[in-house]
Amino acid sequence: MVNAINTKNLNVYYRDQQAIHNISLDFLKNKVTALIGPSGCGKSTFLRCLNRMNDVIDICRVEGNISLNGIDIYSKEIEVEYLREKIGMIFQKPNPFPKSIYDNVAYGPRIHGFTDKKEEMDLIVETSLKKAGLFEEVKDRLEDMGTSLSGGQQQRLCIARAIAIKPEVILMDEPCSALDPIATSIIEELITDLKKSYTIIIVTHSMQQAARVSDKTAFFHLGNLIEEGDTSKIFTKPDHQKTNDYITGRFG
Amino acid sequence: MFYSVLTLFVLSFIGFYLGKRKSIKLSQNIKLASLPSYYGYLAMLYILIPTLIAWFVLLVGENFVLEKYLFLILKEFLISMSGSEVQLFFIKIKNLSEGASFGNESDIELLGAQKIIQFKNLFLLLTYLVIFLVTAIALYLVNKKISPTFKSQRHVEKIVNLFIQLCSYVAILITVGIFLSLVFETINFFGYVNPLDFLFGINWNPNKAFVIDSSDVIDKDILKDAFGIIPLMTGTLLVVFLAMLVSIPLGLMSAIYLAEYAPKRIRDISKPVIEILAGIPTVVYGFFAALVVAPKIADLGEYIGLDVSSESALAAGLTMGVMIIPFVSSLSDDVIRAVPQSLRDGSYALGATKSETIIKVILPSALPGIIGSFLLAISRAIGETMIVVMAASLQANLTINPLEPTTTITTQIVTALTGDTEFDNPKTLVAFALGLTLFFATLLLNYFALRTVKKYREQYD
Repeated sequence: MVNAINTKNLNVYYRDQQAIHNISLDFLKNKVTALIGPSGCGKSTFLRCLNRMNDVIDICRVEGNISLNGIDIYSKEIEVEYLREKIGMIFQKPNPFPKSIYDNVAYGPRIHGFTDKKEEMDLIVETSLKKAGLFEEVKDRLEDMGTSLSGGQQQRLCIARAIAIKPEVILMDEPCSALDPIATSIIEELITDLKKSYTIIIVTHSMQQAARVSDKTAFFHLGNLIEEGDTSKIFTKPDHQKTNDYITGRFG
Repeated sequence: MFYSVLTLFVLSFIGFYLGKRKSIKLSQNIKLASLPSYYGYLAMLYILIPTLIAWFVLLVGENFVLEKYLFLILKEFLISMSGSEVQLFFIKIKNLSEGASFGNESDIELLGAQKIIQFKNLFLLLTYLVIFLVTAIALYLVNKKISPTFKSQRHVEKIVNLFIQLCSYVAILITVGIFLSLVFETINFFGYVNPLDFLFGINWNPNKAFVIDSSDVIDKDILKDAFGIIPLMTGTLLVVFLAMLVSIPLGLMSAIYLAEYAPKRIRDISKPVIEILAGIPTVVYGFFAALVVAPKIADLGEYIGLDVSSESALAAGLTMGVMIIPFVSSLSDDVIRAVPQSLRDGSYALGATKSETIIKVILPSALPGIIGSFLLAISRAIGETMIVVMAASLQANLTINPLEPTTTITTQIVTALTGDTEFDNPKTLVAFALGLTLFFATLLLNYFALRTVKKYREQYD
C-alpha cells in the first residue's frame, strides 16, 4: 500500500488558539478516508491544510509536515497553484461559478493551459462530466448557467470541475450536507466510483455516510486525532471509549 | 403669535395630563383596554390636530380677509385707483401699521394703518378663541370616551399612522409638483418653438430671441433655429464621456485593489479618504478646473503644438471624472466584496491565482453591479452643473473635439435663468424644456442602473 499524503506532527493555530494538536495521519492511495468528529473538532481545518486553503486566512498558522508523494507541500519550491492542481477540493455548499456548465468545467483546464484546441477541450469537458455522472443529464444544455442546476447536480458539476484538471487527490468537505437523501446517495455512489482513479479524503457529519463510503476512518475530537483505522474496525470495535460514544450517538 | 403657540402647547400638555389622570383613576377599580398614557396622548392629539388645522386655515385666510375688509371700509377712496396703485397703497399702510413711518402719510393712509392694527388684534383674539374652544370640545369628547372598554391605543396608533403616511406623500407630491411645473413651462415654451425644432435643431443661439423681443413681436421663423438642443446634447455627452474615461478605470481599479488586495488597515483608511472626494463641494472642483486644470491643459497643448482653448471640454471632463471616482469605486467595491467567498474558494481550489480568480470569476459575477455603478455615475455626471459652468464655455459648438470649447445642458439652464429674467420669453422658458430633457435622461439612467443592481442582488440572495 502506497501513501498519497503523509502528515506529521501537524499543529494549526488561529491566532493563539490551537485548532489542531500534533496530528500525524497518512492517507492511502486510491482509498477513501473519512474524517469524522463533532463540530469544531478541527477536521475541516485539517482538510484545508492539505491543499493549503488556509493560506488565504491570515490569522491561521500551520506547523508540521505535510507531504504529497513524499514532497513537502509547504516547502518554498512548491507553488500553491501547482499543489491545488494535484489536490482538488469539493466544498460543503455547491459553488458553481455563474458561468455556463461548459465554462465551469473548462475553467481549470483553461487556466492551467491544458489545451488550446476546441475539440480537445470538448473532450475534457465531456469526460469530466461523464466521470461525475452528470453528462447524460446536461449534454443538451452545456451552455446553460451552472447555477441553474439543482443542488445535487451543482455538486456533481463541482466534482466534474475538480476532476477536469486531473488531480491525484480529491478533498471533500461535507459534500452532501446541503443535499437531499437522493442526491446524497448519487454522490456516494460516485465517490465509490471515483476512488479507482483518485485518493479521496472526505469530512462528514454523517456516521452512516462514513461507514458506507470509506475504507479508512479517522476520529477527531477537540483538535486531537483520537483514533484511526479501517472503517469496519472503527465502527464495530473501536479501541477508544470516546470513539465508541461518538459513533453510537452518545455525544456530538 | 409666539404666545398663542405657547398657549396651544401648554393646553395640549394639560390635555395629556387630564386624560391620563382620569384613566389612572378608572384603572384602580378595573383593567383598562389600553395603558393610561394612551388616553393622555389621545386627548393631546384631539387638541393639537384640529387647532393646528384651524390655525393653518386662519393664517392662510388672514391676508385675504384683511384686504376684503380694507376694500369695504375704504371703498370711496380706493375706487379711483388702478390695480397696481391699490397694491402699492396696501404695502404702504401695512408697513405703516408695523411702525415704518416716514412722517408724510396722508390721513387716509393713517386711517388704513389703524384699521389694520385693529383687524390684527381682533384676529389674534379669534385665534385664542379657536384654541380654547377646540380644547374644550376635545376635552369634553375624550372625557366622554374614556371608559374601560375604549381602546385608545388603537386610536392613537391610527392617528400616528395617518401622520407618517402624510409625511411620505409630501415627498412624492413635491416630486410630482416639480415635474408638473417643468411640464407646464415646457408646454409654454413649445408655444414659441416647435418641439421638433427643439429636439433636432443643430443651432443653439437663444440670444436671437432676446434681440427680437424689443419690438414685442416674436418671429417664429427666427426662433426656428435658435433653440436646437443637439449641440448641447453632444457637448454634454462629450464632457460625460471624458469624465467616464477618467472615473471608470481609476474607480474600478481602486475598487479592485481595495476589495481584493488591500490589507484591512489600508482599506479602513483609504476608503473614507476616497469618499471625501465626493464630499468636496462641486464649486471647489469648478474653480480647480477653471484655474488649474484648464490653463495647464492649454499650456501642454501649446507645448506639443496643439491649439487648445482655455475653456476646453477636456478640462471640465477631467475634473468631473475625478469628482465621480468615489461613486464608481465605492459602489464597485461593495459589489465586488458581495461576491460570495465560496466562489473565490472554488477558484483557488482549482489552482487559480488571485488575479485569475478576479478576472475570470469575481469581475464577471459582479459585472451587473459594476455596470449599475457606472450608470449611476453617468447620471450624476450628466446632471453636474457647477464644474461645467465654471470650466466649460457658453459657446454652443457642435463638435466632438475635446480641445474645443463646448457647453452643456446644465450650463445653458443656468445661463437662461440667471440675471434679469422674464418668463414670457422663450429665452428663459427654454430652461424648463432643457430641465425636462435632463430629467428624463437621468430618470432613464437611474432606472436602468437600479434595475441592474437589483438583478445582481437577486442572483445571490
